[in-house]
Amino acid sequence: MAAKDETGRAGEDRAAAHLERKGWRLLDRNWRCADGELDIVALEDEELVIVEVKTRRGMGFGHPLEAVDARKRARLWRLAMAWAAAHPQIARGREVRLDAIAVLGPEPATAKIEHVVDLR
Amino acid sequence: MTASRTWSVALTGIDGALVEVEADQSNQTPDFRIIGLPDSALREAASRVHNASANSGLALSRRRITVNLSPASLPKHGSGFDVAIAISALATDGGMDAASLARTVHLGELGLDGRLRPVPGVLPAVLAATRAGFDRIVVPHGNAAEAELVDGVTVLAAASLAEVARWHGADVAETTVEPIERPPAAETTPSDPDLADVIGQPEAVEALITAAAGDHHLLMSGPPGAGKTMLASRLPGILPELDHAAALEAASIRSLGGEPVDTLVRRPPFEAPHHSASVAALVGGGSRLVRPGAIARATHGVLFLDEAGEFPAHALDALRQPLETGTIVIHRAGFTAAFPARFQLVLATNPCPCGNYGVRGADCVCPPMAIRRYLGRLSGPLLDRVDIELHLARVSVAHADLADGKRVSTDAARARVAEARHRAAHRLRDTPWCVNGRVSGPWLRQGPLALPVASRRPLDAALSRGALTLRGYDRTLRLAWTIADLCGHAVPTVHDVGRALFLKRGIGA
Repeated sequence: MAAKDETGRAGEDRAAAHLERKGWRLLDRNWRCADGELDIVALEDEELVIVEVKTRRGMGFGHPLEAVDARKRARLWRLAMAWAAAHPQIARGREVRLDAIAVLGPEPATAKIEHVVDLR
Repeated sequence: MTASRTWSVALTGIDGALVEVEADQSNQTPDFRIIGLPDSALREAASRVHNASANSGLALSRRRITVNLSPASLPKHGSGFDVAIAISALATDGGMDAASLARTVHLGELGLDGRLRPVPGVLPAVLAATRAGFDRIVVPHGNAAEAELVDGVTVLAAASLAEVARWHGADVAETTVEPIERPPAAETTPSDPDLADVIGQPEAVEALITAAAGDHHLLMSGPPGAGKTMLASRLPGILPELDHAAALEAASIRSLGGEPVDTLVRRPPFEAPHHSASVAALVGGGSRLVRPGAIARATHGVLFLDEAGEFPAHALDALRQPLETGTIVIHRAGFTAAFPARFQLVLATNPCPCGNYGVRGADCVCPPMAIRRYLGRLSGPLLDRVDIELHLARVSVAHADLADGKRVSTDAARARVAEARHRAAHRLRDTPWCVNGRVSGPWLRQGPLALPVASRRPLDAALSRGALTLRGYDRTLRLAWTIADLCGHAVPTVHDVGRALFLKRGIGA
């Protein structure tokens, strides 16, 4: 596994732990389909939330949230619909929402977490 | 607090409209949007604000920032909004004094390194801000001298964005940067030609002084080498100095044209566009940002059209509106730009295309139709507004020698002009006018200062003979008053009226 993938994996673990601590129910991690991958699928109360996790060790290439641009958001929405189609019994009748979590810091264990709710 | 607001100025013509620059932060992935009819230079402010903030040690929020320029329907252009946009965007994170922002106007362009770059049009923008009741204005260091020409405002000349932010209470480390200066104003060549240089044309000099005293439009016609250009270039020197308001207006126009303005120039401007000038060059133009043309730049001064017969007819026609109203209005999609255009018109023309028609001892080679067409350009509405039509002849050697003793210097002429203008202003103190050239005709004919029949006899005779139109009658009457003012007569005498008739009667009569 390349170093960057390890960082990303550690960031996703950190984000997942953060969400569970907040009482979210995690439904899926790293769900893949032909179009791409969803980092975290979770339920906050009754709302279905697709969470994109972006991890960076520093600001050398910009803030992690800057990487979630309009193109990426559009792709995440497509994936969200694909996930809902694959899991109709969970998704039926639920609102879907897109969130982003930035994990920024040299050590994933101590990195700073920023959670942006409801991307549009 | 996520919303913040401050102010800037959008210039349309010489009038500035205050623009409220508000910024709001929404919890979304980082984005920077500018709305409110920005042009492309203004849209690019997003990049400048980003880099300038980063290089100034100021943290721009990592969320979506929307900047709205209100009124949203007014088209805005240029880079002068950069500082206001940056400051309001930075203030969405808190850390700046909202009250201080809300009563400050920000002008200036940002460099990527966070320094403030000078912009054109600062003087009219500051004037607009003071008219709207603002007294604190942030300008780039390079525009400081220009902004300080306006009384009663606190000017903060900032070298960098960090300096502005600190002024509003932001916690930024103090750094010293080298401020960006404007290129220095072009050397104002002290070319102050003296009226005494004019040899052997006493009548022309007298006519020039009359034109200056009454603010009368002037047409000079004569062969090449008679001294038309020489005379016209000496007119600004004998005009009275501009008062504060007029000098500010003239300087505002120069500033809008992109010239560096550091001082108020009291000498009336002199504009001499070449006869190949297009309509846009004369009236001003540009598709979005409207720049003042020669007519606007000549405001409160002299517009000299040399070889007036060579100007394209539609360029000359463009003069009619400003001559009538004193302003020039340029219409563009979505807005109109108005510039002041109260100038004194001086036209010079040859008698014919070759210049020798009617000149003693010279042969004119022009066909008759060419002569008619040449002078025909000038006829009609434009010539109607000219008070003095002056014929110049070439100066003979005898004349040149004779006149040596009694030349009029610029200083002496200016004193006479000032004296005459003072008399006129005193006489017209209860009227809306202050110079003879602007007084309305009916008021002169029927108002409290109507001339007795005895003094206006030459005029009435010319009118009944058909040598004078009624409009020409009014113009001659104005001229007669100016001549009386110059001679120190309380009321024009028959002699003054006769002399006015002589000056008025030109190629058109």
